[in-house]
Amino acid sequence: MTTEAGSETEVKEKAAEESAAEPEQTEKASEESPEPANDQGEEKDKEEKEGKEGKGISKYLPTWLKKQKSQSQTSPTKEAPPTEEAVTEVTANQEGPVPEVNGHAEEVEEKEAAKSEQVNEKEAESDSNASADTEPAKEEKVEESAESHPEENKGITGGAEEQKQGGEEEGGQTSIFQSPLRLVRKTKMKLVVCHVSLLDGTNFTCEVEKRAKGQFLFFKVCEQLNLMEKDYFGLTYKDNHEHECWLDPTKEIKRQIRSNNWQFAFNVKFYPPDPSLLTEDITRYLLCLQLREDVASGRLPCSFVTHALLGSYTLQAEFGDYEPDQPRPNDYMGQRTFAPNQNKEMEEKIFELHKSHRGMTPAQADTQFLENAKKLSMYGVDLHHAKDSEGVDIMLGVCANGLLVYKDRLRINRFAWPKILKISYKRNNFYIKIRPGETEQFESTVGFKLQNHRSAKRLWKVCVENHSFFRLNAAEAPAKARFLTLGSKFRYSGRTQAQSRVASSLIDRPAPNFERTSSKRISRSLDGAPVISITEASENGRDPHLELHSDNKEVSAPQTEASAADSTACDTKEPAKTTEVEIEETVVVQEVSKAPKPGLVTVTISPPVDPPAAEQEETRGEQQQVKAQVEIVAAKETKAPPRESVSSESESEDEAEYHPNVSASICHTQIPEEEEEEEKEKEKEVEVEEKSVERDTVAAVPDAPCLSAEVSQTVEAATSQEEEDVQKKTTSEEMEKEGEREAEESTEDPMLTPDEAPNGHALPEESVTGTHTATTATTEEDQTPKMNGDAPTLAEAEHRPQVICCSEPPVVKTEMVTISDTFAAQKTEIATKEVPIVHTETKTITYEAAQLDGNGDGEPGVLMTAQTITSESLCTTTTTHITKTLKGGLSETRIEKRIVITGDCDIDHDQALAQAIKEAKEQHPDMSVTRVVVHKETELAEEED
Amino acid sequence: MAGLMAGFGLYTHAVVRGIPASLAKEALRMGSQSEVDLAGARREHEAYVEVLKTRLGLEVVELPADESFPDCVFVEDAAVVCGDTALITRPGAESRRGETEIMKKALMDLNLNIVEMTDEKATLDGGDVLFTGREFFVGLSKRTNQRGAEILADAFKDYAVSTVPVEHGLHLKSFCSMGGPGLIVIGSSEPAQKALKTMQQMSDHRYDKLTVADDLAANCVYMNLPNKGHVLLHCTSEEWPESATVFEKLKDHMLIPLSNGEKVKLDGALTCCSVLINKKANI
Repeated sequence: MTTEAGSETEVKEKAAEESAAEPEQTEKASEESPEPANDQGEEKDKEEKEGKEGKGISKYLPTWLKKQKSQSQTSPTKEAPPTEEAVTEVTANQEGPVPEVNGHAEEVEEKEAAKSEQVNEKEAESDSNASADTEPAKEEKVEESAESHPEENKGITGGAEEQKQGGEEEGGQTSIFQSPLRLVRKTKMKLVVCHVSLLDGTNFTCEVEKRAKGQFLFFKVCEQLNLMEKDYFGLTYKDNHEHECWLDPTKEIKRQIRSNNWQFAFNVKFYPPDPSLLTEDITRYLLCLQLREDVASGRLPCSFVTHALLGSYTLQAEFGDYEPDQPRPNDYMGQRTFAPNQNKEMEEKIFELHKSHRGMTPAQADTQFLENAKKLSMYGVDLHHAKDSEGVDIMLGVCANGLLVYKDRLRINRFAWPKILKISYKRNNFYIKIRPGETEQFESTVGFKLQNHRSAKRLWKVCVENHSFFRLNAAEAPAKARFLTLGSKFRYSGRTQAQSRVASSLIDRPAPNFERTSSKRISRSLDGAPVISITEASENGRDPHLELHSDNKEVSAPQTEASAADSTACDTKEPAKTTEVEIEETVVVQEVSKAPKPGLVTVTISPPVDPPAAEQEETRGEQQQVKAQVEIVAAKETKAPPRESVSSESESEDEAEYHPNVSASICHTQIPEEEEEEEKEKEKEVEVEEKSVERDTVAAVPDAPCLSAEVSQTVEAATSQEEEDVQKKTTSEEMEKEGEREAEESTEDPMLTPDEAPNGHALPEESVTGTHTATTATTEEDQTPKMNGDAPTLAEAEHRPQVICCSEPPVVKTEMVTISDTFAAQKTEIATKEVPIVHTETKTITYEAAQLDGNGDGEPGVLMTAQTITSESLCTTTTTHITKTLKGGLSETRIEKRIVITGDCDIDHDQALAQAIKEAKEQHPDMSVTRVVVHKETELAEEED
Repeated sequence: MAGLMAGFGLYTHAVVRGIPASLAKEALRMGSQSEVDLAGARREHEAYVEVLKTRLGLEVVELPADESFPDCVFVEDAAVVCGDTALITRPGAESRRGETEIMKKALMDLNLNIVEMTDEKATLDGGDVLFTGREFFVGLSKRTNQRGAEILADAFKDYAVSTVPVEHGLHLKSFCSMGGPGLIVIGSSEPAQKALKTMQQMSDHRYDKLTVADDLAANCVYMNLPNKGHVLLHCTSEEWPESATVFEKLKDHMLIPLSNGEKVKLDGALTCCSVLINKKANI
């Protein structure tokens, strides 16, 4: 049932997504008004969709939207009002309930969550899977949409779920209404003036609602520029440390910038490796402008001759043919900087070369400029200062192909994306896990030290984004919900290059006229229309963390892979609020290119039907667990032998060990190049097992599993796909404590258990012990492959967002399971309410393994079942481990709940925790709370306010 | 106009230098102690120069030999020329440092932009520099150090410069060279193969490889000349029969086997004996 509903929903969502993806076209087609407004309309649509509401709405209320769009087109300013009004009306009814919802939200959510989550997850997964092959991007969108449906009665959660599940019932209407609500809210918001410096040196000013997301502003700018191929661009802002950071389109601007300084710069974010593949000249022109600046500033080093050559193309593009009669544009030259060390000689050379370009049109000159610039070795390389393990200063360069390591000007190493299994950072350490070479048996992890946590995170994000953009067919489903608590779920949320190219190919408009100016004075200021609520998601707003820290170099500090235990971990027995800041994030990057043809991805939601209340069931056990697992794990199976590029995020169990709190995602991408690597990868990655799908349960086991998983992988990896899967699944868990990880690696579980407990905020009802058991179980699993196969799935314990189970049929090829989607959906829902809601994810591990009592020492009892359920709300992530152990004839059920409350000042952690505990008690009336551990971690206020 | 990285293998000029009598006795050697036949070496060299000049039509600048520099015939080590920029090296062997003087003058006369390696901590032999047309690989060997590579990277900013450890043999190009655009000719020894792997890993570009049995035979001279197409100066079947047959399979190349038996005793390979320049590349 659910599934069906889900599918329907999915379809809708997809449609929405599609529409979103091709908004322009559609819009254009549908809309008559030909003006720039279209962009806005589109943008808005996208925003809406992405924003979560839009999709649903658009689908359901085409007319409406269209009207809105048209209006907006007509006059941007006016747009907002109408929508808002409409919204308001709608909203009015709903608003009342909303607040309440929030309050109850958690409870409701949980309950629903249990149901809906599972369902949703399944659906989501299915969606993702389905979409993954065909339309990778859609997955995300789906999620988004899910998230977007803001508030229905229940609030976000409810809404999303309902939409999906209920699908038809309220589906359309609800979504519609919801959107209005948001709009209304926004309407009330204050407007802020944003200053955006454009590539031609002019400034663009517009007003934006204070709560608007980055996306809104970005679209505004693109509209102003008449830019359609916008995926290569982004907005930057300077953080308090004067580092340029990319503005996250999915988050509120206000949350990202500091010091209320609404200054931004429009820049190229992803340098297209082959600019000639861009569709429009205007896009190339903007890229040229960026590169001219890069060259002139020295960021893009080049030789004297190249400087001159590039300069001459610039002259040709801006001034046309060299005119001997006319005085040379010396003035121009004087003003212009073509190179950091520009001199007379160079200028002469530039003129000389300029003469030779006679007859070249500006567009041709730009093309030539780009053809030369793209060959420069540092083209598109984003450099970050770091130190290697020995404390030697190096530079890490992120580019389309991978990660480059420079010492001074020399390239001393290179890690192509296909070689990288996982990317993570902890504190100021940045790690990449390298796929073993042909002759190597084990993966290796390379660590670098960055100046500080922010630098590491920024680098990590850039890596995530670049990999996603250049290597994936579609972006992984982001964990939009955002709580980064244990780990950032940050993912690239935009279109990938592949998607962008498709979109570009569909651009059907006469080449826009634009003026190439040498003067930087032309500035136009557009008044932004009031932002439409779409943009902001209350959810987003809540996010405490600023995730976007990108770019820039930072000084590196000497240590290298230091695994430090979290500095601040306090275990207290009082339920208090815990604020955890994401310290570490891990991304598992796996690219698999197997079958040339993209196989169909079938998302198999684990058969076990969702158990309504996972939690309750958990207690009992296994059955429920199964369900839980299902949720978590989605296995996509594709039969296409050919390389399929499925991008899904999965957490690999192996890596899970390492994943601190990060969610790992595995993306299978087909990369033509480096096939060898890919092949290898395939083996591992491909592992998806159909079997596992159902079986895969999530082993919530936190750290321990991961370790074991890794071990097993290495050994067995190639051999048994299943095992791998298992491992992967396991992976997801990331413990907050790095130390643990290390410990885990070296040793496995025992150590971990304790850690975990601390990490998770122990929740009352469940007995702590459960955790241990779980851990142990995992460990055992690792050891026993078979077990793994059965019980395999890792759930992500707390934050580890995604568990992927992949099973390959022998013939069949890769699938990706994205858990993230699920989460996202959940998150979305939650977000809507804005009130800290608890998402519940269930991870279940079932096996028979010896369990030790408290800490899996060894061989205690027989572990009958273990489940981990994780739920997330904006601010709260709850992980529940349920372990059933049979000892000497007695069965013991332990439930350990870990609640992570991510802090924003706005959030009342205590309250959230209290609610969580309350809920737990309510859920398990027959159990007693034996222990509450509060682990409070406060983070750098800097990053996340 | 010729853009960046256009015309790999296109040369108009070559700089060579005569063989001093001191070559036989005083030239530096890695291992081999077999006696060098000075007359034989000179004959080989004459043939080499003749091919460049007559058969291939390059403008050959012949520098006089200098008895105080026994190794001076190996001009490659004294300068690295790419495009219109010439980097005057600081050879790793102290006895050879003076060889760069005359080379510098010759290159200046050709109107190249001269970059000198003045850092006393830097050493670089041109034999450690492999230019593939898209990027540089610099072997870190007994003769070339990191600093030297850095200066090279600074001189040729357009290109990526990756370092490759050279643990065996004299130079990086003692076991490899370019056999065409995107084609690396590589020896079959373990160190050679290892170095190739390193280069492949470090590069954003893909290279085909042509493996020859003998490391020393992997050094050949590739050119792409107007009216002649792909030209390859390579070892003879008399000296390296097994490797020569591999070269003979290159159907698209104009193959010119050149005997190098005497200079090889001094670790001198085919690329060592000339500095190739494309004057018209100057934009």
